[in-house]
Amino acid sequence: MTDIVANANTRPAGGAAALFRHARYVIGENPITGLSFGLFLLIVIAAMVGPWIVPYSPLASDTSAALKPPSIAHLFGTDQLGRDIFSRVVAATRLDFAIAILSVALVFLIGGLAGVAAGFFGGWTDRIVSRIADTIMAFPLFVLAMGIVAALGNTVQNIILATAIINFPLYARVARAEANIRREAGFVEAARLSGNSEWRILAFQILPNVFPILVVQMSLTMGYAILNAAGLSFIGLGVRPPTPEWGIMVAEGAANIISGEWWIAFFPGAALMIAVFCFNLLGDGLRDIVDPRRRT
Amino acid sequence: MLANVLRRLVTVIPTLIGVVIVTFLLTRVLPGDPAVYFAGPTATPQSIAEVRKSLGLDKPLPEQFARYIGELAHGDLGNSLATGRPVLAELTSRLPASAELTLFGLVISMLIAIPLGILAAVKQGTWIDHTCRIVATAGVSLPVFFTGLLLVYVFYFRLGWSPPPLGRLDVFYDAPPTVTGFYLIDSLLAGNLELFRASLGQLILPGVTLALFSLAPIARMTRASMLTVMASDYIRTARASGLSSYTIVVTYAFRNAMLPVITTLGMVFSFLLGANVLVEKVFAWPGIGSFAVEALIASDYAPVQGFVLTMAVMYVALNLLIDILYGVVDPRVRLEA
Repeated sequence: MTDIVANANTRPAGGAAALFRHARYVIGENPITGLSFGLFLLIVIAAMVGPWIVPYSPLASDTSAALKPPSIAHLFGTDQLGRDIFSRVVAATRLDFAIAILSVALVFLIGGLAGVAAGFFGGWTDRIVSRIADTIMAFPLFVLAMGIVAALGNTVQNIILATAIINFPLYARVARAEANIRREAGFVEAARLSGNSEWRILAFQILPNVFPILVVQMSLTMGYAILNAAGLSFIGLGVRPPTPEWGIMVAEGAANIISGEWWIAFFPGAALMIAVFCFNLLGDGLRDIVDPRRRT
Repeated sequence: MLANVLRRLVTVIPTLIGVVIVTFLLTRVLPGDPAVYFAGPTATPQSIAEVRKSLGLDKPLPEQFARYIGELAHGDLGNSLATGRPVLAELTSRLPASAELTLFGLVISMLIAIPLGILAAVKQGTWIDHTCRIVATAGVSLPVFFTGLLLVYVFYFRLGWSPPPLGRLDVFYDAPPTVTGFYLIDSLLAGNLELFRASLGQLILPGVTLALFSLAPIARMTRASMLTVMASDYIRTARASGLSSYTIVVTYAFRNAMLPVITTLGMVFSFLLGANVLVEKVFAWPGIGSFAVEALIASDYAPVQGFVLTMAVMYVALNLLIDILYGVVDPRVRLEA
């Protein structure tokens, strides 16, 4: 992630060292951004090695230890089947993170390219892309995601796809606007005069310039992507039990809330909340680094 | 004014066409055979073929689309497999429950978010401002189903202040005679204060859950727009003329700052209508969201399709309403058009 930003910023900032100084300045200015970078690292580590470092198998049930409140043996307690919630919460990081990353990467590619093409070529390309984006925006987004998953089939892949589709307008519009203002820019004209084809200009002049803005967009929508995916699995779409995933774990613990076993739903829910909070802060922080004008 | 509204109405038509095409495509073109879907899990190849024929799925796509439009024009959204009733009837009977909850959530959200945003802008850089920012970021980060469950745990299980999260009314009460379908209004119309209190008690937790989620964009927008307005020339003039800060903030700044906030309501509704589904599931609220979720789990496709279409049409209508409202509030929009 930092590599991408580094590349993006080497031009205006003039060297990686300058970028590093700038990033450190922005983080120093706003310690919360630093905190969110730390949390992000923690989530990445949990997603990578989580299943191997947890004390219990996330799937192993032990009915003699069912519904135990948090203790030293079971940090987050156990659920109806006696599974260790701490292990399940940590192991779930991988799936939730993967869903978010994949959906955001997918829409980054499709939405970004479509938007850049629309902004750069204008005309029919623009009309089609804008019309698609408008139509998607005409739906309440979560509802559209439900409809897509229902139609395509109830799988994790389709959750990823649905999350990508509902984010399409955000990426397409940002990319379109950014490509559009650069369409007649001096460096584009220069490239055109020196005999580059339109496609070549698009690939080598426009795309690299729009790229960092889209990366920020990516981190801003990560939180939303995770929330959306967890919401879908909360209502029973996509992920199936006993797979550990935060949304479905909250759903599994929902019935126990009114009988007082709060920990079953609380810890996965809290993990989800912290992850989303971290991504949102990270997005704001990245935006501050990449685009100082929009700093709040 | 009327001409303006009409002109705006015309722009809705392509959007609605898009919406109808998407809901149509959702069942027909995508992978998976709808005939197998509709025939149910115990279908034989023969019954699937029959269903295909009765649904018109053996016809070419444009013909199917024309047929779909024809059905829509007659208000026919198909039948629910689970209840056997027409989807349209199911949806209309459940819509008031969802509408009451959503609007109630929106009202709470605005009552908190707008003063918070104004205070944050007026006292920029103070602890109020920081609180506003934290609340706004936390608000969008909270999974709405999780907040709902937390509230249930604290206010129902721990404190016992609120009734069990099981729908619109406790089993001891009968629903008020239907006038608007909103229990709060209907119970007042019937003069039954006890019933009013009971339904309000049921509404508060899910309403607050929705409000917490939708608070963020309203508070952020209010703050940003108040900051812009407060930095404008006419506010400076008003200050220089020695007007009290109350008059400046409330009479001059607030009114002008509300315009962009009205525009954000469109986005807020997108959030609210989506979050509504999750909140209805948590609180066993008998609205269209929980109806759609049940249908989804049972692979009962017609209700889901009807639900998606209804939500989209409502959302388009709400956006239209917001635009018209904007024209009413801001005379400049009227003049320009």
